[in-house]
Amino acid sequence: MAEDMKVIVFKLGTEEYGIEVERVQTIERMLPITRVPKTYSFVKGVVNLRGVVIPVIDLGGRFSLPEAEYTDQTRIIIVTVSDMQVGFIVDSANDVVDLNEDDIETPPEIVGGVKAKYLRGVAKLGDERLLIMLNLHEVLNKSEIISLESMEG
Amino acid sequence: MDMNQYLSMFIDESNDHLQSLNEKMLELEQSPEDLSIVQVIFRSAHTLKGMAATMGFEDLASLTHKMENVLDLVRNEKLQMKESIFDVLFQSLDALESMVQDIMAGGEGKLDVSHIVSSLQAIEKGEESDPSSIEVSKDSNTGSATSMPALDEFQNSVLIQSIQAGQGVMFIRVIISRTSQLKSVRAYMVFDLLERSGDVVKTEPSVEQIEQDQFEYEFSLYYITQMQSEELKKAILNISEIEEVHVIPLTEEMLGLGANEAAAAAEVIEKPEVIAEAISEADTNSKNTETPKAVPGDEKEKTVRAAAKTNTAPAASKTIRVDIERLDVLMNLFSELLIDRSRLEQLSNELEHTDLIETVAHMSRVSSDLQNIVLKLRMVPVDTVFNRFPRMIRDLAKSLNKKVDLVITGADTELDRTVIDEIGDPLVHLLRNAVDHGVESISTRVESGKSETGTIQLRAFHSGNHVFIEIEDDGAGIYRDKLVKVAISRGVVTEAESAAMTDQQVFQLLFAPGFSTAETISDISGRGVGLDVVKAKITSLGGNVTIHSVPGKGTNFSVQLPLTLSIISAMLIKLGSEKYAIPLSSIVETGIVKKEKIRMVHGTKMISFREALVPFVSLAEFFDVEDYSDEAEDEIEIVVIRKGEQLAALAIDDFIGQNEIVIKTLGKYLPNIQGISGATILGDGQVALIIDPNGLIK
Repeated sequence: MAEDMKVIVFKLGTEEYGIEVERVQTIERMLPITRVPKTYSFVKGVVNLRGVVIPVIDLGGRFSLPEAEYTDQTRIIIVTVSDMQVGFIVDSANDVVDLNEDDIETPPEIVGGVKAKYLRGVAKLGDERLLIMLNLHEVLNKSEIISLESMEG
Repeated sequence: MDMNQYLSMFIDESNDHLQSLNEKMLELEQSPEDLSIVQVIFRSAHTLKGMAATMGFEDLASLTHKMENVLDLVRNEKLQMKESIFDVLFQSLDALESMVQDIMAGGEGKLDVSHIVSSLQAIEKGEESDPSSIEVSKDSNTGSATSMPALDEFQNSVLIQSIQAGQGVMFIRVIISRTSQLKSVRAYMVFDLLERSGDVVKTEPSVEQIEQDQFEYEFSLYYITQMQSEELKKAILNISEIEEVHVIPLTEEMLGLGANEAAAAAEVIEKPEVIAEAISEADTNSKNTETPKAVPGDEKEKTVRAAAKTNTAPAASKTIRVDIERLDVLMNLFSELLIDRSRLEQLSNELEHTDLIETVAHMSRVSSDLQNIVLKLRMVPVDTVFNRFPRMIRDLAKSLNKKVDLVITGADTELDRTVIDEIGDPLVHLLRNAVDHGVESISTRVESGKSETGTIQLRAFHSGNHVFIEIEDDGAGIYRDKLVKVAISRGVVTEAESAAMTDQQVFQLLFAPGFSTAETISDISGRGVGLDVVKAKITSLGGNVTIHSVPGKGTNFSVQLPLTLSIISAMLIKLGSEKYAIPLSSIVETGIVKKEKIRMVHGTKMISFREALVPFVSLAEFFDVEDYSDEAEDEIEIVVIRKGEQLAALAIDDFIGQNEIVIKTLGKYLPNIQGISGATILGDGQVALIIDPNGLIK
């Protein structure tokens, strides 16, 4: 049975992405970030979210997209995936849409420079809009990062 | 009925009972004549059985039942405790423990215990015993609880002795509401309540029947307690679906009369004035009579045995179990409050409004009291770790053919729960080590003029912001020369190095990886094999181990631990715009060095500190700090930190000051970061990373 779901829509560069609303704990404006040395380059550091220290990731950096300036549109989306709390820095987040599981199609090999394995699929919104649904487990999968980082030297 | 919600309670309580069974059995082993201990064991086993049966863990219930049968013979003096019985009983306890473990892991608690059961049955039958006495009499009819059930001679004498010892003896009749769906559970709840503050001596119908629901809506029992009858009545009525409770205090005379006459007398006595009289009479009686219990057992064999206080009813414990995660949440919320407090203090000082300043000052006082309480909530007595050791030492000593007494002191010393969880394994290792290598064999001990039985002291005590746990044996001690010889042969030190070492440094060699002085490495422990792991674990907890030893006299391992892992004193420092916290416990000194004093030795920067060369670590360089570098400075601020015996000088930008900080983790996503042990939130809401000295000293 295809299920209806609510999806938080955010922007990275020119593309629109989606995360299921159940995964999202809160969406915050930019917070002061404390840099954490000796970790992955896309880990911007940690923030204080009401007493809990949460690591934040530059999601663009995670997908090796060109770096974007932080503006007053920049948001941190705090997600919870298998016991881990992580913040994603995104260019903006300002929409919630209803989707049906059937609307999601298998992703083409490359979408906006993001590797297919990070994607759950692509959903069509109306005629023009394409929404890229993220596979959060893969995005937060660290085993691959470690080999990647060591390749970069 | 959904039992899942009771499962965690069942597991906790089963563990408690198993622990107390273990303890009491050890106690009994020291004084096998003391029937009061058997009573306690019996009661514990019985409760365990009841709980297991209620929860539907049949194997557990039936094994406990078999144990109970044996214990019943013992307490009725139909069977003498002896070593073989102890061994089988201990085996049963182990089996029960693994069943509970299995249940904890989500299993059914099933285990093949047929051999233990057959040994238990053999014991049961081995002595000539009247089988009918094993089962509590089943013949009496269940309906007529108005008259008192007959007591056998032993039970009668127990009751009389209790009265003589100043305890109250009651006859209790409980009627459960006819609408109750689960009368056996209600009955169980009554027993559970009663067993918390006294002893149930005899029930009618038998406990087995009650448990199996084979009774009408009422049952009666004899009960020994310190509680007053009214209080007792109220407590029982508090259990829901209990319709009626009759509590009749009994006197020695009534018991002396025999059951039937006593019943008649009881009818009369259920009037308050007479009760008062009866009680005062019982009082005078108890003054005249000697306490009948003599404590048998050998004087010199004073081990873990707590003074024979087993006869007194255990005080009902006024505690609740709280999920540690909830405490963590409380802790988090509280640290937020602390942050807001410092912000408010700052604001009120700026605004200079008198009322505001006063209110904030008051709030500060209240919140620091709160802080103390919240911290104390996480404190657990070390007893929770220590309590498994007596049994372990017993088994170890037995398998090594040694005689060892374990003396525990300071078991009520409290430590943070997180430390408690971690400290068990290192202590097990040190204790095994003490039994295996510390205490000599019986013959060696006798030759060197010592008593046959070796003593291991396990001590815990507070000192300042630390808790010390010491393990001291009166065994062979450590011979420096022998140790140095082995160390040289293993290439741990050179001969020249060893000559300059202090005794303490030599002893520390024991903690070197892969080091062992035992000539033959036993399966129990090789001194050194694994001691490096012990050391590493304790250091990771922010603690330290030191060894003192006098050859021929014994060895003392002293473990120093921080009181808590969640709030520590730290020095806040600056590296450019970044702030870091260094735990005060690892700081030796702070100071300033001139740039030209930094020397290069084998490619590493060193400075001389108190006549020793200490590695110089530039934190800014280590952490790739962008807006600060000590290259530009002529005089560099340093913090000398310590990891065990090793020192290092950390170059920093500036000191901010000393502060109490709440330790937070960096979250599961971030890997273990070299040199960082966690984070804390400062007064302004900013996150500062906590430096891990262990990661900076290689």
